[in-house]
Amino acid sequence: MSCDLTQRLVPGYMDGELDLVRTIEMETHLKDCPVCAQKLEDQQGVRAVLRRSSLAYVAPAVLRDRIQSSLRPSAKMDMEVRENGIQWRSLHVFRWAGAVAVLILFSLSCWQLTPPLREPSTDQRIAAEVFSSHVRSLEADHLMDVLSTDQHTLKPWFDAKLDFSPPVEDLTSNGFPLVGGRLDYLDGREVAALIYQRRNHFINVFVWPTPTGSDSAHSIESQQGYNIVRWSRGGFQCWAVSDLGASDLAEFVRLLKNYNSSEPN
Amino acid sequence: MSDTARRERFEQTVLPHLDAAYNLARWLTRNDQDAQDVTQETCLRAFRFFDRYQGGSMRAWLLTIARNTCYTWLRKNRQHDSIESFDEEIHSTELCGSADPEIQVLAAADKETVNRALEELPDVFREALVLREMEGMSYREIAKVTAVSLGTVMSRFARGRTRLRQSLTAELSRRY
Repeated sequence: MSCDLTQRLVPGYMDGELDLVRTIEMETHLKDCPVCAQKLEDQQGVRAVLRRSSLAYVAPAVLRDRIQSSLRPSAKMDMEVRENGIQWRSLHVFRWAGAVAVLILFSLSCWQLTPPLREPSTDQRIAAEVFSSHVRSLEADHLMDVLSTDQHTLKPWFDAKLDFSPPVEDLTSNGFPLVGGRLDYLDGREVAALIYQRRNHFINVFVWPTPTGSDSAHSIESQQGYNIVRWSRGGFQCWAVSDLGASDLAEFVRLLKNYNSSEPN
Repeated sequence: MSDTARRERFEQTVLPHLDAAYNLARWLTRNDQDAQDVTQETCLRAFRFFDRYQGGSMRAWLLTIARNTCYTWLRKNRQHDSIESFDEEIHSTELCGSADPEIQVLAAADKETVNRALEELPDVFREALVLREMEGMSYREIAKVTAVSLGTVMSRFARGRTRLRQSLTAELSRRY
């Protein structure tokens, strides 16, 4: 075994990560080569210093509490009550009673004033998820898992990761280049997210199989400056979301729907 | 799975690795408050993607998310060199390190000095050493978490330890 190879394998040797044959070869070489033996000793010396210093940090208790309460919806409400300045800390009963009363009042008023709010429809719920997924995806580096403008790269990538094969179309010639793809999670399942670009605007298109399998016309709604369009076609449910203007987005959806279809829109 | 059951399972299987996630975040951000923020975001992302976990080491899974969250955070909040560009440097420089024995000098290294020397190492070496020496992970797990080959993991250890040794001996020789 050469000195070069031996020195490259020194970490694996001392951490017991080499196979038996390599280990024996290393031992033979190290016995006869003072230079390599010195390298090993140097590395072991540093490792010993590192281990002896016990430098690992432990998560502060307050962080653990904060994470646990952020997972619990009830605890969130508890925190909000506290933040609103209700200083009944010693009287837990009152605090809870207060919170419950507020909840009851709130739900009563919702019931009376705006009946549709009582139970958001599936579409409303998905629209909210689509909206927040889009916003989150625009945060640094969340937008794309795979960066490719080539539908022949993207399609197999999705096929390997999902239990369905989403339609992937490139609309570059129409001014909406495909720029990448991502896996996302919506409506309790994994979905394909295709990212298109129009000037400086990004469009997220979420695609997953629809349970009913029937085609439906698209509908548009807007939420906090973003436009959301939904439609289904060819057994897939599709949601497009962007800060593009409603007419541009509608044009995009029309192109996408027509791309692989002989049917007029 | 109901929301409650899902949360309970998450708390039982993922939260035991909170210290490991915080430790990695603490060493990569080099700051307690930032590490806390990153760790909290890590846990929320892990909770969101909990259904995607497909067996294997839960700690490695969480640490992969923690690491990605850290680098995203670092790129957004600090002037941060991309780790890839650093890798080029690793492969083009020769594996080296002076051979004079400084073991006795190293023996005098106190915790604070070692801590500082490790903090000053480039991210790729620091994270590899943290995962190995503090979390006791295998090379294979480290390769998976840091998304590089086993060979790269090994060369990062060699280089990381050599650099650490050089900076410790320089610091200690200056002092004594």
